[in-house]
Amino acid sequence: MCLSIPSKVVKISEDKTTCIVDTMGVQREANLMMMAEDEVKVGDYVLLHIGFVMNKIDEKEALASIETYKEILELMDEEERRQVILDDDACENRLKS
Amino acid sequence: MKSLELKNLYDDFRDGKTIKAYAKLIKQEAKKIERNINIMEVCGGHTHTIMKYGLPQLMPSNVKFIHGPGCPVCIMPKHRIDHAYILAMQEDVILVTLGDMIKVPGSKGSLQDARSKGADVRFVYSPMECVKIAKENPNKKVIFFAIGFETTTPMTAALIDFVIKQNIKNIFFHINHVTVPEVMEELINSRDEHIDSYNNQIDAFLGPSHVSVIAGAKIYEKFPRVYKRPVVVSGFEPVDVMEGVLMVLKQFNEGRCEVEIQYKRAVTYEGNIKAQKMIEHYFEKASLFKWRGLGNVPNSGWRLKKEFSHLDAEVIYKDVLPIEEIEDHKLCICGDILRGMAHPTECTIFGTACKPNSPVGSCMVSSEGACAAYYKYGNLL
Repeated sequence: MCLSIPSKVVKISEDKTTCIVDTMGVQREANLMMMAEDEVKVGDYVLLHIGFVMNKIDEKEALASIETYKEILELMDEEERRQVILDDDACENRLKS
Repeated sequence: MKSLELKNLYDDFRDGKTIKAYAKLIKQEAKKIERNINIMEVCGGHTHTIMKYGLPQLMPSNVKFIHGPGCPVCIMPKHRIDHAYILAMQEDVILVTLGDMIKVPGSKGSLQDARSKGADVRFVYSPMECVKIAKENPNKKVIFFAIGFETTTPMTAALIDFVIKQNIKNIFFHINHVTVPEVMEELINSRDEHIDSYNNQIDAFLGPSHVSVIAGAKIYEKFPRVYKRPVVVSGFEPVDVMEGVLMVLKQFNEGRCEVEIQYKRAVTYEGNIKAQKMIEHYFEKASLFKWRGLGNVPNSGWRLKKEFSHLDAEVIYKDVLPIEEIEDHKLCICGDILRGMAHPTECTIFGTACKPNSPVGSCMVSSEGACAAYYKYGNLL
């Protein structure tokens, strides 16, 4: 019910009351009544809920989250690699040879 | 990454590797806590994600999800669904509502049943579609049966605003909008009759995503302060939920108790002020709203202000709309499930007498309800 769809603004109507948004290839009209005047611009990412733009997606914050996830994955990979080496070092057969 | 693309907003927050990485971090963090932590996700959108992606399986043994009452369709009491049914059956009425309401049964049947008996019921994607329907049917009264939490309430207010400014004479409103913080408070305060104590099952909350986009994270301020329950406002994607859980656990380990925002790309502390003002302009709090499965919750519902009562279908049609409340089914334990005191599978009628196509209790009504989610994805557990 409270779901909304991340979309990209592709056009704003002349009277600035509506805009056209693109949602992964599907274009539709969205009402801008919930937003301050001139707050939304072409190229902005927005959340769309029952025909209305409900807010702008903060691009910087989205990128920061994605960056954090990348770093976590790299850290995990590194930890895994280190664990493989430690396991290898501890291998009895190897110590014997 | 150079710049954001639309697909990043979908794919990167659903990435399986990232979900697994967070599962590891959550396990490490949970090891340091020598107690069980029950986290209530208040919102049905979260419940759906949690079950769809099998997140309970990824949790360590001392971290559990409690599925909250955040599905506005599920919590709609039967007597208000009967209102919709009765209004739809009036001769000169076109009843308009959002698609989520189609199958929800009242005591007389669902709106789908009303339609099969000849009523003019229209299910729309957006409330603004009422304007077109009203223009095409000048001799009919178009009644918008409005449902939803803070997320959806301003869109109803926007339609009211448009109707007044454009002087449209044939659109009316039946308001069923409810608010989240009041029901969270009710859940913490509710008494467990079985053991005669207050409900201490909920240790922390995952705050709803899009309710908070509109209302702001500020609405949860009292939960850490008064009730000592941390709140982390999280997005709806699985990676968001996992990060939110980790943030909750860190609060316990670091001796903090506060409102935090994980869903920073969409939620601010203040929320959408313009939308909040629009709600306050047209609506006032009703002293009580009856939630299906939970009973009366003080100050949790909106109604139209008196000066707009000429638009209020509940006032205009008061002679035909029953005010008696209808009790929930005796075997149904939805109330206990919503309070975190029971699990859907503990219910004797779960999956037998109560199924998504013939729901008895509130949690089975929509796909966002806990029981419906367990019914659909339960074999994963």
